[in-house]
Amino acid sequence: MLTYTLQRLGLAVLICIIAMTVMFATVYLIPGDPATIALGPRATPAMKAALTARMGLDQPIVTQLGRFFGAALQGNLGYDVWSNRSVTRMVLEQLPFTLALTIAGLGWAVLLGVPLGCYSAIRRNSVIDRFTGVLSVAAIAMPSFVVAIYCLLLFAARLKWLPAAGAGEPGDVASQLRHLILPAFAIGLGWVGYLARLVRASMLEVIGENHVRTARAFGLPERWIVFRYALRLAVLPTVTLLGIAVGGLLSGAVFAEIVFNRPGIGRLVYDAANTRNYPVVMGTVLVTVMLFVLCTMIADLVVAWLDPRVRKSL
Amino acid sequence: MGALGLWLVLLIVFTGVFADLVAPYDPIAQDLKGRLADPSWQHWLGTDQLGRDTLSRVIKGTQIALGVAVSTTFVSMLLGLLLGLVAGYGPRWLDNSLMLLFDTVYSFPSIMLALAIVTVIGPSLGTVLLVIVIGTVPAYARLVRTSTLAVKEQEFIAAERAMGARPPRVLFRHILPNVIGPLLIIGSMDVPVVVTVEAGLSFLGLGVRAPAPSWGRILNEGYAFIRNSPWMVIAAGLPLAITTLGFTFLGEALRDAFDPKLRRRF
Repeated sequence: MLTYTLQRLGLAVLICIIAMTVMFATVYLIPGDPATIALGPRATPAMKAALTARMGLDQPIVTQLGRFFGAALQGNLGYDVWSNRSVTRMVLEQLPFTLALTIAGLGWAVLLGVPLGCYSAIRRNSVIDRFTGVLSVAAIAMPSFVVAIYCLLLFAARLKWLPAAGAGEPGDVASQLRHLILPAFAIGLGWVGYLARLVRASMLEVIGENHVRTARAFGLPERWIVFRYALRLAVLPTVTLLGIAVGGLLSGAVFAEIVFNRPGIGRLVYDAANTRNYPVVMGTVLVTVMLFVLCTMIADLVVAWLDPRVRKSL
Repeated sequence: MGALGLWLVLLIVFTGVFADLVAPYDPIAQDLKGRLADPSWQHWLGTDQLGRDTLSRVIKGTQIALGVAVSTTFVSMLLGLLLGLVAGYGPRWLDNSLMLLFDTVYSFPSIMLALAIVTVIGPSLGTVLLVIVIGTVPAYARLVRTSTLAVKEQEFIAAERAMGARPPRVLFRHILPNVIGPLLIIGSMDVPVVVTVEAGLSFLGLGVRAPAPSWGRILNEGYAFIRNSPWMVIAAGLPLAITTLGFTFLGEALRDAFDPKLRRRF
């Protein structure tokens, strides 16, 4: 288990390093220098020279790459081209909003999707199973930003049940929760479908396995078989999916933050992309990559730890 | 479900191909006096902020969505096929480096990858195509690699090589036919994903430039008027939903019919 953990950690670090290098390289590979990208075509040579000197763009590329990594290791992701604020601080200010949204979206998807999948597998071909089957495909296929816009239109603009914009008053938890409902619903909906389908499929597979048949032959109560023996194995692919879901939810959060005008790193990176403020974009994207890599790694380790077959082989 | 999917796809493809004949008005002709109109007999889905007929714009948008989907899926499948064959049949180090590269692409949440690329090279239709190709190639390449690894161990390949066939012949005459079926099925299932990405980027204002009526662009423009004139948003969201649903239903049915083994891929 320790060897596996270290290997998996090594892979995660390697991927982060490659991602950083690739992002660093793309800024330099493209025609035109980064100062022109950031300042736009109308910038005067003096402005460009000032930015170039300030950001160390006149150094050799290898030196710059070294400095970039050195700074990133110390938690410094560079500075905003316009306001010269620390990118790390900007991201840390916005991150809680996005994390709250992502966790809320994932939370309701798990709370609804997993039981639906279980029930569909146990009561196969029942009305609820068929209904879930069609609805989950539909939920997966619907783009989350369309769901978000329709929700905004129906529940906020027309019915006025829920607030349309912002993240709620600071310090007022009830208001913050009310502002969270619609965006969390929009980004989680597709994952309810994914989870229900996956749990159903893996439940059906596990129920056909030898150890479940043995448990049946011993006359154990059905409830016990389902929850102690079947669900424990069936939940493993779900854990892997949850790791991947974080990436999808972070993507969905970008749209949800823009549609519902919420603060968050999606909003931050979107505004920065529109002004071609590339240190902010690169820094923020890097943080999401690290978050995503961390979550998939944790998911893989949890699977290895939960699955006795994998655990013993390590 | 499969039949419903087929009908929806046929409807969308027909609309896309004959967009210029079906559309009642010119999708970029302005009528500033009749702007932001509600649906009426003249304009079934109302008009936008410049008085352009929303129905015509949505119909023209079908053409853009399908064009992007077909061209990027084709390029991605071709690239994925080549990279997958190389990874599966080539030397071990090349396989490992390619897989590491694909893992890296996967480690970007999709929209973040898109925003990073847009920041560097600027928003345009070409950027959208590039973003989609980069984002989808790894999945195809992995699939082809896995099939190639399985096929290359079989006896008929060993026999072929014993008779002196060179790698290109083995790859294209013998391995290719065995890996192309699943690739086509996965490709058809990727159409809704690609359509969504294009619409999403255009919605963010980072895709197709005005005045071209992409669904995402119409959503973007309609979003500003959502409180008083919701018809643009409703009109552009629906065909997007119909397209993704139709292609997903059809793809699922095709997959179950042709390749039950792929049923586990989600």
